[in-house]
Amino acid sequence: MFAATELNRRNRQVERLVRILFMMMTVLLVLPVLVILGTLIYKGGSVVTVDFLFTNPSDGMTAGGIFPALFGTIWLVMVALLVSVPIGVAAAVYLSEYAGDNWLTRIINLAIINLAGVPSIVHALFGVGAFVIFFKFGTSILAASLTLAIMTLPVVIVSTKESLQAVPHAFREACWNMGATRWQTIRRVVLPNSISGILTGIILEVSRTTGETAPIMFTGAVFFTPFLPQSVFDQTMAMSLHLFVIATQVPGVPPELPYGVALVLIAMVLLMNSVSVAFRMYLRGQKKW
Amino acid sequence: MVELSTLAACDDDFFDQPDLEAQWRERFENAPVKLSVRDLSISYKKSRGKALSGVSLEIRENEIFGIIGPANSGKSSFLKAVNRMDMFNPEMRVEGDIFFNGRDVRKLKNVYALRGRIGVVFPLPVGLPLTVYDNVALAPRLRGVKDKRRLDGIVERCLTRAALWDEVKDRLDSLGSLLSGGQQQRLTIARALSQDPDLLVLDEFSIAVDPVTTMRIEDVLKELRNDMTIILVTNLVQQARRLADRTAFFLNGTCVEVGITEHLFTGRVKDSRTTDYVEGRFG
Repeated sequence: MFAATELNRRNRQVERLVRILFMMMTVLLVLPVLVILGTLIYKGGSVVTVDFLFTNPSDGMTAGGIFPALFGTIWLVMVALLVSVPIGVAAAVYLSEYAGDNWLTRIINLAIINLAGVPSIVHALFGVGAFVIFFKFGTSILAASLTLAIMTLPVVIVSTKESLQAVPHAFREACWNMGATRWQTIRRVVLPNSISGILTGIILEVSRTTGETAPIMFTGAVFFTPFLPQSVFDQTMAMSLHLFVIATQVPGVPPELPYGVALVLIAMVLLMNSVSVAFRMYLRGQKKW
Repeated sequence: MVELSTLAACDDDFFDQPDLEAQWRERFENAPVKLSVRDLSISYKKSRGKALSGVSLEIRENEIFGIIGPANSGKSSFLKAVNRMDMFNPEMRVEGDIFFNGRDVRKLKNVYALRGRIGVVFPLPVGLPLTVYDNVALAPRLRGVKDKRRLDGIVERCLTRAALWDEVKDRLDSLGSLLSGGQQQRLTIARALSQDPDLLVLDEFSIAVDPVTTMRIEDVLKELRNDMTIILVTNLVQQARRLADRTAFFLNGTCVEVGITEHLFTGRVKDSRTTDYVEGRFG
């Protein structure tokens, strides 16, 4: 009865083959990440020290640290978040909880998806036109951060909307039936149960913002400035642009220096991504329904 | 006033039974009308035909009013219309008049207060992902009750009335959504009671509940009937027989008839389809 037929044997062979093939694809996927990280650590690991992080570049950017760039990137990301998170979350709550399914909301959703597909250099040029010139912010942290904010808004909106919609509809109906308004329902039941997903989305957005170069290079980030920014109307250095500059624009930079900068940049991004992953895993452990 | 079936035609067959209609009249004839529905029709935009068409009935205060009928007969749509839940469903079209406590709910501005007066229990238990305590304290909090001692009192009283207090009193801070199905359904009832409702609406509450819990909840309902009006939508005809004073039989979106519950089960019906349904010949 349990003797293997020809068909059984063939199925088993295909099964093994498929399994191995798909596993190799997965390995192939991880390989570049490992190679990049390995190369960076091997070639640039030696320059990354505490001093490197907290001193200014010197000798025409061929020596010294990256402090102004690191500091500037943190400024840019923070200001961008301050703008994109409130707007993005509010828009997502509106689209998910209030808006009906009509042509207007469908157009809005389409616009959001398209906004996410706009190349970053186009965002950059838009930023120059709108914030630097039209609103007269000049090349400043404000102009650069607003450009970054607009670029990441669709990410925030989509991830927030998904988190909100992961909360079962029955919970909303139960609340409405008790006489709760939509806002009471959102505040007491929907948001508390989707906040984890919303935060995860925001952290991922942060890590993406950190690495962006194009949107900031015409709007607020500069080649070199010896001064740390004092307000959002100042220009600033930024990690991503600094890497581009010392890797391609400045002669006589010791080869390990760009690798060191790249290592710090990628470490920042990886750190934030791992926080996000850890957060998600922690929350997944806390089953709520 | 809804017309009641007369006994005239079947006196001989049931001479030894108590006069149920007279009993009903004694208890409810002079009771205020709690809910009155006239020519209620409900349709949904994307589906052809009506979910409910031309239903008229009247429910008296402190009555347990059963609604039976096969799936898709419009029972749940009826309940949604009463609670004005059509506001949250742009597909839903409601026509006709619904009077609750004498007020036309379709013209009511403060629908939130209306929903506050009507407690709803769903087919599948909905324990909100809040603690057991917060589940029951939610409705009072929505009304603006903040005093902790008052909330404590409400929570204990409602959980006790829903026959759940003894099982959860030591874990009021665990998640309501992780209780067992039967417990969650009693939690849903406790939550509905915390609204201090005039009208309790149960939509096939026993679908996801074991028989023992079902009987416990039925006992709870028998006690609640003294304090509120209850609409019991059920797919278990015997449940309607056990609990309801009068029962309506819905079929394909129409109300076939409304009568003293026991009459529907003993053949004293106006429409033979009612007997066919309660005896399980279709549906």
